[in-house]
Amino acid sequence: MSPELIEVKYALDTFYFLICGALVMWMAAGFTMLEAGLVRAKSTTEILTKNIALYSISCVMYLVMGYAIMYGGSAGGYLPDVWFGNIISNSTAEEVLASNGDIYYSGASDFFFQVVFVATAMSIVSGAVAERMKLWSFLLFAVVLTGFIYPMQGMWKWGGGFLDAAGFQDFAGSGVVHLCGATAAIAGVILLGARKGKYTSDGKVNAIPGSNLPLAAIGMFILWMGWFGFNGGSELKVSDIGEANAVADIFVNTNAAAAGGLIAALIASQLLFGKADLTMAINGALAGLVSITAEPLAWTAGYATLIGAIGGTIVVFSVLFMDKIKIDDPVGAISVHGVVGIWGLLAVCLSANDSATLMGQLTGIVVIFAWTFVTSFIVWTIIKAVIGIRVTEQEEVDGIDASECGLAAYPEFVK
Amino acid sequence: MKMITAIVKPFKLDDVREALSVLGVQGVTVSEVKGFGRQKGHTELYRGAEYIVDFLPKVKIEVAVSDEMVDGAVESITTASHTGKIGDGKIFITSIEQTIRIRTGETGAEAL
Repeated sequence: MSPELIEVKYALDTFYFLICGALVMWMAAGFTMLEAGLVRAKSTTEILTKNIALYSISCVMYLVMGYAIMYGGSAGGYLPDVWFGNIISNSTAEEVLASNGDIYYSGASDFFFQVVFVATAMSIVSGAVAERMKLWSFLLFAVVLTGFIYPMQGMWKWGGGFLDAAGFQDFAGSGVVHLCGATAAIAGVILLGARKGKYTSDGKVNAIPGSNLPLAAIGMFILWMGWFGFNGGSELKVSDIGEANAVADIFVNTNAAAAGGLIAALIASQLLFGKADLTMAINGALAGLVSITAEPLAWTAGYATLIGAIGGTIVVFSVLFMDKIKIDDPVGAISVHGVVGIWGLLAVCLSANDSATLMGQLTGIVVIFAWTFVTSFIVWTIIKAVIGIRVTEQEEVDGIDASECGLAAYPEFVK
Repeated sequence: MKMITAIVKPFKLDDVREALSVLGVQGVTVSEVKGFGRQKGHTELYRGAEYIVDFLPKVKIEVAVSDEMVDGAVESITTASHTGKIGDGKIFITSIEQTIRIRTGETGAEAL
């Protein structure tokens, strides 16, 4: 390749990577709006604070140690070679030209793309524990998840560790990002308990309607849009015909899966409840997206729609099941990202990706779940023992906004 | 002087106001209220769980009128807010002992 061509391709791929990263960053806004819409008005300030703070904590912790653990290399495939420090480094022009195109994007752009993924995983936890967890206990957990728990299992797959060697296929993170976040959430919710009044002693489920469904709907669309960066950027390259076609296929499939998931959830809720349930439809779209994230490329768009639709159907039943076993998840994060994340990972075996084996996928699922659950459970337990994780019953009744942030989100709204 | 208190369906408020002004009523007070009558509440559905909304939104209209206007006002309100379906609301009539216009100090029917 001529030097000019290498330079242009390097610039284009780096640019593509950065724009995709910015799209994924925007997913933080999607989660924030979705969660703010699905909690009660008295918990809104706290959930907003939690979301903006967890994003920032993710960025700092990933810089301090997460990126080093995940991408600093691992000789044995289990433990990282480097634990701490800023390992971001851009190649020089000479190195890029000498590589003849093998180095095709900036090192800093790789960090940027990876750091926004950590924030996504952490955002998943925030919705599930909404309305009853102490703000600072949550943020303390965010420090550990984004600095240690997430990067370790991320290294096992994307950092060239033992899961990668075992043939585990996870293109953009149905497992590494979504299952990991949802598993940390389950561990937290088990120790935290349900919101007061959600379940009655005779086994009845009380609805606690969200305060702002327009926000939830726009949150869904922001996530949907951000997901083009999430899956599209994970192709890592756009600068030749083959890669450009692949990226376009990924955009098309990602979009198709979300649409399939939404329609399936809408129909499922109509058949089950006799009504078109908006928040189930929202969960359905996100479930479609999670379904296709493990393998957004090796399908035709029709199959992608179907894979998403199955995810959208699973999520409706999963939300009902979680309520049955009294796992109170106000936004459905555990169902969308955990249960459907597992579906997405298994679905890879049905795709045209020949590297996927059922054994490899199951290994990945078990390892990510076990690692994240055990470590998260330990960390939540320690936080619970030392400073507590739940606000008092009175504070919960009055609203967590007042006790944690001292500010009402809608001060002129009288309930 | 009588105070007419009408609880009506919110979307009928404009019709009632229109009918009362045609009649020559000088002023009304309106509040958004919630409650239930024989209509009771209704059930809603959120994420697969049904819940009961006990209190339905209504509009409370208060009109103070002279004795001779009472029948006309009641008829106007009834006609304007009638749908024939359950939940149309109610009208209560109470006596007013005294009325005072704050700006001028006028009292009685003069102040209405």
